[in-house]
Amino acid sequence: MRLELKGITKRFGILVANDAIDLVVESGQIHSLLGENGAGKSTLMNVLYGLYKADAGQILLDGKPAEFSGPGDAMAAGIGMVHQHFMLIPVFTVAENVALGHEPTKRGGVLDLDAARALVRKISDRFGFDVDPDALVEDLPVGVQQRVEIIKSLARDAKVLVLDEPTAVLTPQETDELMEIMRGLAKSGTSIVFITHKLREVKAVADTITVIRQGRVVGEAKPSTETAELASMMVGRDVGLIVDKKIADPGKVVLSVSDLSVLDDRDQRAVDHVSFEVRAGEILAIAGVQGNGQTELAEAILGLRAIHSSDGDISISGSSVRGKSVRTILERGVGYVPEDRQKNGLISEFSIAENLMLNGSFTKPYTKGLGIAFATRARLADERVKEFDIRTTSALTPAGKLSGGNQQKLVLARELSREVDLLIVSQPTRGVDVGSIEFIHERLVEERNAGKAVLLISTELDEVMALADRIAVMYRGRIVGIVDTKTDRAKLGQMMAGVAA
Amino acid sequence: MTKSVNKEPIDWNAALKEILSGGVTRTVVSVILGFAVGAFFMIISNREFLQSLGYFFADPLSSLRAAGDVVGAGYGALIQGSIYNPNAATFEGAIRPFTETLRLAGPLIAAGLGIGLGFRVGLFNIGGTGQLVSGLIWATFVATRMELPPVIHFVVAIVAAIVGAALVGAFVGFLKARTGANEVITTIMLNYIIVSFFNFLLTDNALLQGETAGGYTKSDPAFETARLPYLLGESYALNLGFVLAIAAVVVYWWLMERSTIGFRLRAVGFSPSAAKTAGINVERTFVLALGLSAAFVGIAAANQALSSTGGVTPTSHAGIGFDAITVALLGGSSASGVLLAGLLFGAFKAGSSAIQIVGISPDVLGIVQGSIVLFIAAPPLIRAIFRLPPPQTTSMLSALKSKLFSRGGK
Repeated sequence: MRLELKGITKRFGILVANDAIDLVVESGQIHSLLGENGAGKSTLMNVLYGLYKADAGQILLDGKPAEFSGPGDAMAAGIGMVHQHFMLIPVFTVAENVALGHEPTKRGGVLDLDAARALVRKISDRFGFDVDPDALVEDLPVGVQQRVEIIKSLARDAKVLVLDEPTAVLTPQETDELMEIMRGLAKSGTSIVFITHKLREVKAVADTITVIRQGRVVGEAKPSTETAELASMMVGRDVGLIVDKKIADPGKVVLSVSDLSVLDDRDQRAVDHVSFEVRAGEILAIAGVQGNGQTELAEAILGLRAIHSSDGDISISGSSVRGKSVRTILERGVGYVPEDRQKNGLISEFSIAENLMLNGSFTKPYTKGLGIAFATRARLADERVKEFDIRTTSALTPAGKLSGGNQQKLVLARELSREVDLLIVSQPTRGVDVGSIEFIHERLVEERNAGKAVLLISTELDEVMALADRIAVMYRGRIVGIVDTKTDRAKLGQMMAGVAA
Repeated sequence: MTKSVNKEPIDWNAALKEILSGGVTRTVVSVILGFAVGAFFMIISNREFLQSLGYFFADPLSSLRAAGDVVGAGYGALIQGSIYNPNAATFEGAIRPFTETLRLAGPLIAAGLGIGLGFRVGLFNIGGTGQLVSGLIWATFVATRMELPPVIHFVVAIVAAIVGAALVGAFVGFLKARTGANEVITTIMLNYIIVSFFNFLLTDNALLQGETAGGYTKSDPAFETARLPYLLGESYALNLGFVLAIAAVVVYWWLMERSTIGFRLRAVGFSPSAAKTAGINVERTFVLALGLSAAFVGIAAANQALSSTGGVTPTSHAGIGFDAITVALLGGSSASGVLLAGLLFGAFKAGSSAIQIVGISPDVLGIVQGSIVLFIAAPPLIRAIFRLPPPQTTSMLSALKSKLFSRGGK
C-alpha cells in the first residue's frame, strides 16, 4: 500500500512538533525516518496511527484520503505499529497476545485458541520468525517479543508497518535478525516505516531516507549517502564521529580485577574468572554483545553485587574492596555512570540540583552539619549546568523533565565533578542524541588525559573504537581477549562471537 | 530545544494551570466536597425535611427551608463546638471550644507526621495503634511506677513514650531489611499483639493495673509530677501536648526538607535502586525511617498517657493510630499540610458533642472525614467534576497504588 502524508502539522501549545511534513512511502519499500531525539518522528507516527489529531494536513492511502480518530481506525485501514515499549501482556502466551482484541471464537463464544495458534504459526513460518505460539511472553528474549509485536500487526493484515526505534532495545545480533525480517516483509509487499537515529542501521536496510530536524523535513537521501553527510543533515552541522585524542600515557594501576566470578540475579555465573587491569590515564573498553556479563561486572566493582571470598578479588589503588559497601567504594574515588540512568543514575522527581548531590549527602561540600548546604548546592548546580551544557530553564527543574541526552549529561556532571581516580562508564551514549554524544565522548577523553583510569562498557562498536586505548571483549562472562585499537572490525566481531584472539 | 527567550509575556494561562493542577487545590476542593456530602446526610436524616417531602409539590419551599435549617444548625454547632461559642456567658467560655480543638489536634498532628514520614519513604506504616500503645505502656510505667522530681518526671515519661514507640517501628524496619517482610502486614499484626499485651499488663496489680481498679483493666492515675502542665491554667484542659505537637511539626519540616537525613529518606522513597547506586544503605534507611515514623507517633502516646487525671485504659489510644493515616493523606505528608489536616480533624472531634446536642448524629462528621479522604484518594474524580488539568505528580498516591496493586517482588 502506498502511504502519503501531505503537509502534516501538529502543535503542542507554542511548540510546533511537526511543521508541514510531506512523506511518501511506496508499496514494498523500507522508508527510514531519521532524526535526533525530539525531532518529531514519533509525533508524526502518532498522527498517522490516530493517537494525535493533526492540526493541518492529510493522510492518503493508495491515493484516497483517510481520517483516523483512533488506533482502531488506523489498524482497520491496514496500518500497524510496533512501539518502542512493547504492548504485550507478559503472563499470556504468544497466541493469546496475538488474539487479544479480536479473539476468534467458536460456537457459544468459546475462545478458539487453536485458530490463533495456527495464525501465529502461519505468519511465523512464512517470514522465518521462529516463534512458539505457546511460549509465555515473559519468558521470551526482547528480540522475540518484538517479533510477537510484528506478528500482532501482521495478523491484523497490516499493509504499512511502523517500527518506532525498534533497535533501541536489541542486541547487535537481534538487530541483524530484525533487519532480515524487515527485508522479507518488504519483499512480500508490506511498506515499512523505520524510525531511528542510528545511522548505520539506516544505511544497512533502508530503501529511502527522510531526515527530520526540529519538526521539518530537511532532506531526502539514498542509503549510499556518506555517514558523515547524513549525520550533519540530522544535527545541522558537521559531527566528528572520530574523537581526536593523543596517544595514551598510562600510569600506575588503579583498578585491578583478578580471577573474578560473579553470580547474576538467577544465581547463574554471569562473570566467569575474569582478570584485567586499568591504569591511570587510559581508557579500557569492555566490548561485547549485551548480556554477556558486563552489567554484573560493573555492579560487582561498585559493590552493588556480592562477591564470595573464593570468587576472586577487586582492588582499587592497591587495596581490596571486596565486601565493602557501595558508599565506601564511591569514597575510595570511583565515579559510576550506570547503564540504566533512569532507574539507577538519577531520581526523576528530584531537581537537577538534588540529583547532583545524590551521592554527596554524606560529606562536604553539600553538607553543613546534619543540614544541607543549600547556598553551595545552588551555586554548584548552576556551575555544572553551564559547564556540562545541560539544557534547562533552571537547576530546580525535575530531572524527569529533561531529555535523554541532558539526563545523561546530568549524571556525568555529578560523577566527573567528584574527586575520583577511576571512572566506570556504562553505555554512556545509549538513547542520547548525536549532539550530546560528541560532547560526552570529548569529556571522557579529557578525563583520561587528566590522568584518570576509565573503564568504558559499551555495546556500540563505533564508540569503543573511537574512545578506547585497549579493548577487552567479553563473551559469556569470560574475557575472550584484550587487544589494541588497531584490530579491525571483522576480528572484533569474531571475538564478540566467542572466537579467541 | 529549550531556548532562553528574553522578552516573553507571562503566560497567565499556564500559571493558572499549574496552580490548579497542584495538590493544594485538590485538597481544598475535596474538603468542600466532603462537607457537601455531610450536608446531604444531615438533610436526608432530618425528620422535618422528610415530612416536608410529603407535600413537596404543594410547598417546595418548606422542604428547602428544612434542609437549609438542618445544615445551618449542624455546621453552626460544629463551629460553636470547635472554634468560638458566642452564646457563652464569659469570654473564657467562648474560646474554650477552640482550646479543645487544639488539645485534640495535638496527638493527631504528631501521629500524622509519623505516618507521613513513612509515606515519604514509600513505606506504609499501618501500625500507628500498636506503636502508640507501646508508647503508652512505657510512659505509663514511668508515670505510675517511678517517683521522680517535678518537670524531670514528665520529661522522662515523654522520652519513654517516644522510645517505646520507636523501638516497635525500628523492629518492623529490621524485619523488612533482614527478611523482606512487608511492613503493612507486620505492623497490622503487631497492632493486635501489642494491644493484647497492654490488656494483659492492665489485669495484674503487680504490673500496670491500678491499686483501685478492682476488676477493671485500668492503670493508676499518673503522678501529679508526671502530668503534662496546663498551658492556660486549670480551667482549660489544653496542656503541653499541643506544644509538643507544634515542636514536632518544626522538627519534621527541618528533618525532611533541610537535613541530609531527610534527603536520603526521600531519595529511598522515590527510587531505592538509584539511592543504592548512590551509596545509600537502603535497608538501614528502612529501619531508620520506621523508627522515626514511630517516634512521632510516640509523641501522641505521651499526650494520651500523661494528660488524663484518671488512669489509662485499653482504649486510651482513641483510634489516633488510624486517624493519623487520614491526617497524613489529607496533609500530603508535608509539615504544614499535616498541621492543617490535624487541626481540621481535631475540630471535628471537639465539635462532635455540640453537634449531637442539636439533634444530629455525630457520625455525620465521620462521613465528612471519610468523604474528604475518598475525594483526595480519587483525583481523577475530582478532576472530572471540576475539569482540572492532570496533575504534575501524585507521587505518594501513585506509590501507594503500585504498592497495593502490583504483583511480584519489589
